[in-house]
Amino acid sequence: MLTINNLHVTVADKPILKGLNLEVKPGEVHAIMGPNGAGKSTLGNALAGREGYEITDGEVLFNGGSILDLSIEERAQSGLFLAFQYPVEIPGVNNAYFLRAALNARLKAKGLEEVDAMQFMQLIKEKMKLVGMDKRFLSRELNHGFSGGEKKRNEVLQMLLFEPAVAILDETDSGLDIDALQMVSKGVNHLRSPERGFVVITHYQRLLNYIVPDFVHVLSDGKIIHSGDKTLALELEEKGYGWLTEGAAG
Amino acid sequence: MKNKEFTQRAQDDYEHGFVTNIEQETLPPGLDEDVIRTISRKKNEPEFMLEWRLEAFAKWQKMQPPQWPHLDIAPIDYQAISYYAAPKSPEDGPQSLDEVDPEILDTYNKLGIPLEEQKWLAGVAVDAVFDSVSVRTTFQEKLAEAGVIFCPISEAVHKHPELIQKYLGTVVPQQDNFYACLNSAVFSDGSFVYIPKNTRCPMELSTYFRINAQNTGQFERTLIVADEGSYVSYLEGCTAPMRDEHQLHAAVVELVALKDAEIKYSTVQNWYPGDENGKGGIYNFVTKRGACRGTHSKISWTQVETGSAITWKYPSVILQGDHSVGEFYSVALTSKCQQADTGTKMIHLGKNTSSTIISKGISAAKGQNSYRGLVRVAPTAQNARNFTQCDSLLLGNQCGAHTFPYIEVKENSAVVEHEATTSKISDDQLFYCQQRGLGEEDAIALIVNGFCKRVFKELPMEFAVEAQKLMEVSLEGAVG
Repeated sequence: MLTINNLHVTVADKPILKGLNLEVKPGEVHAIMGPNGAGKSTLGNALAGREGYEITDGEVLFNGGSILDLSIEERAQSGLFLAFQYPVEIPGVNNAYFLRAALNARLKAKGLEEVDAMQFMQLIKEKMKLVGMDKRFLSRELNHGFSGGEKKRNEVLQMLLFEPAVAILDETDSGLDIDALQMVSKGVNHLRSPERGFVVITHYQRLLNYIVPDFVHVLSDGKIIHSGDKTLALELEEKGYGWLTEGAAG
Repeated sequence: MKNKEFTQRAQDDYEHGFVTNIEQETLPPGLDEDVIRTISRKKNEPEFMLEWRLEAFAKWQKMQPPQWPHLDIAPIDYQAISYYAAPKSPEDGPQSLDEVDPEILDTYNKLGIPLEEQKWLAGVAVDAVFDSVSVRTTFQEKLAEAGVIFCPISEAVHKHPELIQKYLGTVVPQQDNFYACLNSAVFSDGSFVYIPKNTRCPMELSTYFRINAQNTGQFERTLIVADEGSYVSYLEGCTAPMRDEHQLHAAVVELVALKDAEIKYSTVQNWYPGDENGKGGIYNFVTKRGACRGTHSKISWTQVETGSAITWKYPSVILQGDHSVGEFYSVALTSKCQQADTGTKMIHLGKNTSSTIISKGISAAKGQNSYRGLVRVAPTAQNARNFTQCDSLLLGNQCGAHTFPYIEVKENSAVVEHEATTSKISDDQLFYCQQRGLGEEDAIALIVNGFCKRVFKELPMEFAVEAQKLMEVSLEGAVG
């Protein structure tokens, strides 16, 4: 459902991704690990269509069609979700209002009927239970004054609400304590299904104890240099990346 | 920017840009004593009113327009303006809705101004000012039961001359400034409100102003007096049709709050802003001031200014009574080639007086937005307090935001705080919203509305929603 062929991305004229290939089929969870500066976050931003991430070569197919000419919101509406590493604060914007506006924008794009305030409240309450958020969250300002853990939970809550076809989680585990990590993982696992794909970008094997991947890839210097199953993550935890990056260089 | 719609929208975005064709009775352009006598005669005013006007006119002739605002104003030829335009109607004026020119009613309907009784259910009484003459005042009877007077000021001059003589020009003296003085000489109509002692006005009072005739200035004059222990909330909304010429609007609003009284005055101003190149649009040069005369009195100004080519306006409060409170909440948006120099003055005279100023300026396209505020603490104002927060948001790189705070403190016990920020709408915020599925314009509107939240929540509920919508419409096509 998501096919990335030979993706080259430059940021501020600096090549970051240099020929990345990845195929995510429905139902699969792919973990992407790798040293700092390998281009992990660039992948998420480039796929989402962020300005400043210039795609110089390669293609990205999503549900069979290229997404590279689509706007940010069109990609999102077609089912591509990015859980941010650092969710931005938007003061004055009510969390519930934002969630409903975004949900309705997506429904509208699909030609579906929008939800009213009552329907929305019912829907969101059910989702909030899954990530252990209480309803006071809804009346707060979007991510404003949220703790790191609250922000990440809010990301997962949105994912639960939008039910995307493919979700990219960009270091969702960073800065989380063990309770929050479990809660976030629970949300992700709840959404795992044979129709849905995940790309989990992480630094640490720890997250993969909770979200067990089907594949683990090592991203280094803008390319995937090694792939394996979940045991690869354990191996990386033990040995680091050196043995792979040196091998690649040699 | 991908949107083809933008061009289309840019052309239709001023939805109030229509002209009503009704027979007008208009004075030829020009201003001299005879014109003032004619205005006064047409309104059948008592002698004291004519004298007051002539006195103001004599002062005005010696005055100059202020040069200090951060505004680029093309010279105005005051002799090229017509100072009186009234829709022709039966000699006695309309007695009921049936007698009102259907085209005028149609105009109101287009504006969404409900003269119908349904609006009564929403608790709003409307005194609609069409160009210069109040066409109809609704719910006067209901208000009369409570002892509230809510009528055109032209009527108050006849029916309540003692109140007019007691309060008119006592908050904004004739010679206060060039535009206020001109207004004093030629004002055509406006609203008068009197809330008797210990009375809570039973409904929100609301006036919609609209400039219709070509080349006519609108000089309305509003006076609100809240007697001891009373409360009133008043809202004015303004729109004007699209014209290529600039039109002058020089209004004066005076508020008087006596002991323990409270006045809440809200404005949603959407005068025609002119086109993208600065052609046409209203010159909105308005003097608004309130006097907290009694102890524990309170005056609160809330304004949402999205229209006008040029706005020059400083709703102020004179905190005379001990323990009196002044508030100013403002959102000013300048887009296209709009210019705004707006803010407030809080003059602390009484002991333990306090004031709050929250100003949100938004600049887009080639808009220039200035906040100008004065906080003055007189030697008599022990323990005066002021808090000022002044934030500017920039959209795009051709606009400007400027802040001119003046603080004069003559009393040692005063506590005066001033906070100011200037920020650009962040790419991170936009990207975040768009990644969630919102279009760029919706995302901008959402972020801007968040920025204005603190002010919008001061508006009466139904108007807060309107203000939010207005903000969205005004921002359409402003970025890109």
